[in-house]
Amino acid sequence: MNQRPAADLSGLPTFGHGPRSPTWWGTLGFMALEGTGFALAAGAYLYLATLWPNWRLSAPEPNHWPGTIVTLLLIVSLVPNHILNGYAKQCAIVPVRIGMVVMSLLGLAPLIVRWFEFLALNIYWDTNAYGSMIWILLGLHTTHLITDVGDTIVLTVLMFTHHGYSGRRFGDVGDNVFYWDFVVLTWIPIYLLIYWVPRLG
Amino acid sequence: MSSADLTSERDLPPERETSAKGDLAPEHDGPRDTGMDDASLHRWLARTWRTPPGIIGALSSVDHKVIARRYLITAFVFLCLGGLNAVAMRIQLSGPQRGLIGPDLYNQLFTMHGVTMMFLFAVPIVQATGIYLVPLMVGTRNIAFPRLNAFSYWVYLSGGAFAWISFLLNMAPDVGWFAYVPLSGPEFGPGKRADVWAQMITYTEVSSLAVAVATIVTVLKQRAPGMSLDKIPLYVWALLVTSFVVLFAMPAVMITSTFLILDRLVGTHIFNPAEGGDALLFQHLFWFFGHPEVYIIFLPATGMVSAIIPVFARRPVFGYLGLVLSLIAVGFLSFGLWVHHMFATGLPKLGASFFTASSMMIAIPNGVQIFCWLASLWDGRPVIRTPLLFVFGFFFIFVIGGLSGVMLASVPLDLQVHDTYFVVAHFHYVLIGGSVFPLLGATYFWFPKITGRMMSERLGRWHFWLAFIGFNAAFFPMHLVGLWGMPRRVYTYPAELGWGNINLLISAGAVLFFLSFVLFAFNLVHGVLRGVPAGDNPWDAGTLEWATSSPPPSYNFTRIPVVTNVEPLWAERGTLPVATGLRVDARELLISTVAEAHPDIREKSATPSIWPLLAAIAVGGTFLYSIFTPWAIVWGAAPIAITLIGWFWPKGDPEDEE
Amino acid sequence: MKRILSMAFASAGALSLQGCAGLQSALDPKGPAASELAWLIWFFTGLCAVVWVLVMIALAAPLTMRSRAQAEPLAIDPGADGRKLRVVMTAVGVTAVILVGLTLLSFFANRTLAAIGSDAALTIRVTGHQWWWEVRYENAMPSRILTTANEIHIPSGEPVRLLLTSTDVIHSFWIPSLSGKLDLIPGHTNVLDIKADKPGVYRGQCAEFCGVQHANMGTFIIAEPRAKFDTWWNDQLRPAADPTGDEAKAGEDLFQRRPCVMCHRIGGTPAGGTVAPDLTHIASRQTLAAGTLTMSRGNLAAWIADPQSIKPGSHMPVVELNGDELNAIVAYLEGLK
Repeated sequence: MNQRPAADLSGLPTFGHGPRSPTWWGTLGFMALEGTGFALAAGAYLYLATLWPNWRLSAPEPNHWPGTIVTLLLIVSLVPNHILNGYAKQCAIVPVRIGMVVMSLLGLAPLIVRWFEFLALNIYWDTNAYGSMIWILLGLHTTHLITDVGDTIVLTVLMFTHHGYSGRRFGDVGDNVFYWDFVVLTWIPIYLLIYWVPRLG
Repeated sequence: MSSADLTSERDLPPERETSAKGDLAPEHDGPRDTGMDDASLHRWLARTWRTPPGIIGALSSVDHKVIARRYLITAFVFLCLGGLNAVAMRIQLSGPQRGLIGPDLYNQLFTMHGVTMMFLFAVPIVQATGIYLVPLMVGTRNIAFPRLNAFSYWVYLSGGAFAWISFLLNMAPDVGWFAYVPLSGPEFGPGKRADVWAQMITYTEVSSLAVAVATIVTVLKQRAPGMSLDKIPLYVWALLVTSFVVLFAMPAVMITSTFLILDRLVGTHIFNPAEGGDALLFQHLFWFFGHPEVYIIFLPATGMVSAIIPVFARRPVFGYLGLVLSLIAVGFLSFGLWVHHMFATGLPKLGASFFTASSMMIAIPNGVQIFCWLASLWDGRPVIRTPLLFVFGFFFIFVIGGLSGVMLASVPLDLQVHDTYFVVAHFHYVLIGGSVFPLLGATYFWFPKITGRMMSERLGRWHFWLAFIGFNAAFFPMHLVGLWGMPRRVYTYPAELGWGNINLLISAGAVLFFLSFVLFAFNLVHGVLRGVPAGDNPWDAGTLEWATSSPPPSYNFTRIPVVTNVEPLWAERGTLPVATGLRVDARELLISTVAEAHPDIREKSATPSIWPLLAAIAVGGTFLYSIFTPWAIVWGAAPIAITLIGWFWPKGDPEDEE
Repeated sequence: MKRILSMAFASAGALSLQGCAGLQSALDPKGPAASELAWLIWFFTGLCAVVWVLVMIALAAPLTMRSRAQAEPLAIDPGADGRKLRVVMTAVGVTAVILVGLTLLSFFANRTLAAIGSDAALTIRVTGHQWWWEVRYENAMPSRILTTANEIHIPSGEPVRLLLTSTDVIHSFWIPSLSGKLDLIPGHTNVLDIKADKPGVYRGQCAEFCGVQHANMGTFIIAEPRAKFDTWWNDQLRPAADPTGDEAKAGEDLFQRRPCVMCHRIGGTPAGGTVAPDLTHIASRQTLAAGTLTMSRGNLAAWIADPQSIKPGSHMPVVELNGDELNAIVAYLEGLK
């Protein structure tokens, strides 16, 4: 077909932050599907909890303190996370590098506490369905945490190479910030479900 | 809006405040397509967008058309294998008390038939069609996240091969495609068969989810300038809605199969009623996926119908807005019906009645679609060619399936026909009528675009009538034999019940239907080798995929089209308005805004890479190993991490920077 | 119309059923629930057929019109499209009305079905096993509790309450000519009320895939007049008949010494296994192996000698017996009326 020029794209920028970037939408898509997985696992827990009148099935109460510490750590980490986001938007390489190191450490810290959290559940996954469900909920979030921390560390290393000095990489940092928010957000309902909801009834 | 407005200052996004370019590496700039003559433009783009030569090159390809072709061929192979399963079952059932196939093999056969048709044929082929067509129809150079797309194919291929190799090793799942517990659980499902089901499902759904994300982002962010939401082709809308349904439905089946493997492998008790679990939980989770699954298969087919009808009715589709809203409504409602698969489990009556109402309600948007298509055809006698014949077959068959679906929605009625051959008839009318017939029509319709050649019209008509008669002969009598009391999933039946003759008729129809696919395969091969050259737009269709050559070049369009109408090629006969200014020495494509499709960013698209294949091998190996030990997840983590780092680590191409 | 069609199908089915144990068709109802459902099936079918024919007419109509091959695709008459819009809206409205009607119809049919068993005096617990049915007649007096297998005797003309559960996998209880199906799920107990209008034998089979022998898990409802039913119940409560004749006596002896007793119970003898069907009155039943074989001396012998070729994968093992031993056991079991 013959063509006639009707629009000129040459002046457009070559990267964008947030919803302007396809990667942001892709990340959102993965959050949607992961969030659905979490919601269904939580739904399965609640289904069984309402099915059996003696829920927790005479298992001992979990010790909530390791979980509470993880929760606090995750909430605190949101502050540097958003400061980092601001620097990424300004494409400021040095503060971004520092921020990424901080976020890597703040990702590792809850992972260490998480180890003790499993022990504090006071039940094993193969004891009964209650044990199975809380191990699965905690396991799902731990997998989530490990993959995102791994991702953050790799990106941190990348930011210290010459590849870091590019608009696209700053976009990646922004997406990493976005994803970390999601990791923190998904934890709150799981935390409540494991430690506090059974105490209501 | 006139296309010229697109370039005016006010329509462009404001200059980025961060144009503190001093902080960034200086922007590399290469040659642009502006003002370039056609021959040099082609040379540049062909070099930039090519799939590298050689085997490694082929395995590294990220071209959506190359990936889609592989997907389509693989899915067709699985269709034939699943069809052979069906023929084997039909021979066994052609008379009472036949001893050709024993129960153990029969149970593997019907499980593999279901698993293959649902997970390895129907979903992949509708997604593959989308992988091929969506980027062309929205006027972009490649799908979003092309490496993810390549990865998804390798996952799909290896997952399918995994299932079929298990079958050849007599290790195929034998618990039905639905794999209900406790039958598939640790106590009653010994061996590795149910594990194969669980891991193969989780694994292949990874590929489906990846394609869904890539499709969504392609549609939302990569549309040609001017293709605002009300100018998106209906086929693309259908794929968009389908991808969202995949996004929210597939995690359910992954959760289900993961719970199952945990129960089987590490001794959790999620589905064990003796330890506080529940067998019905499995069904809730499975059907929360399972019902939307039907719409994942059906909605893209409605998109195909919406694409074919306007071309042969010679007018834009009637009721564009109604059709779009129906698609969205069906997508939403599909999540509210799952319980109608569980009426016989004895759920509370009031709850069940709610699901009767919701199941009936989904017939309304589907009705809107049917009526709008019919209205599109009422302007006069349409041009009857093979694609439209299959659309007519779709109406004939699918409407029967939809109406028998209304019968199943009624709780009391369902209790008589649930798990009988009536249901088998119903869902084959829905899935084959609603999806396979449009898919066959779509093959005749888009084959010239994909191969550059036409399929034979004469063979096409023979194919249609053979398929149509074979299908109805095979499946219509199943309604009756189901009402006569024949349950599903039986490997034999007593002679006294009088089901022999009707089953013989069904089997004969099934063989005829299978033969129609042999003829179809012949027509495909004949078309590739001997077909009449098609030209760019053999049907004089109106959407963008017909604006480029057949088959399309690696870069899809020499310049990105500018869209002014829902049928842009009908509105702009002769000359196509295009956008200029993209680089030709790097894989640059246009990112536009979500609603209005204003040009926003010139972004780089990923280059070919072998890493997606390696990552798929790492992930696949981990899943395979996990059938035997949960430690596989630990050992598999390292290779998966390494391949993913290899995948995302910049290699210094212009595409990696900026 | 529905009656004629129904009868046509029923007689077509009946022709091929001479001498058979029972009919298994939802279109040949023999009880109030199945009758209500058969009516519902025919009503839905009729209505759907009308809708389908109308759609096909609408689809075929343009074939009679002038060809659009030469038409300019974007030159659409807005007036014609406006008229179409009204037709489409009307069709959507009619669809919605029909669907609301059908929803209400199923709701009321459900209520009718629920009312059938409201005054059931007899309660029978049916437990699904791979691949047979355990049937236990509940009673306030422990001495009146009766356990049998696969064949369920009920008094005709009276509603009967079935409590459905399972100890292994999910099964589904379905006697098409009496009622819709309902699942037997481990950990759950479902309630199904049935009523047979007239005496007769009504066949059914497991409707939920339950493993390798799902196909051979038949069951029968045998409806009898109340007096006959009471006699049957009393007879079944008696311990097993003593063997008569030397061969049968030898059979009893063999049965007690061989692995048979591990799984089967025979009332009044030491055999007390509960994982397989109760054999106390096996010879009074019409079929063997959950409807797989009709009850006869030859079939009993064949089943005991080689269960795995008759019902491959079934839990009945092959027990090594010579010809005389086999005959003895068959003679013994044959006497267990």
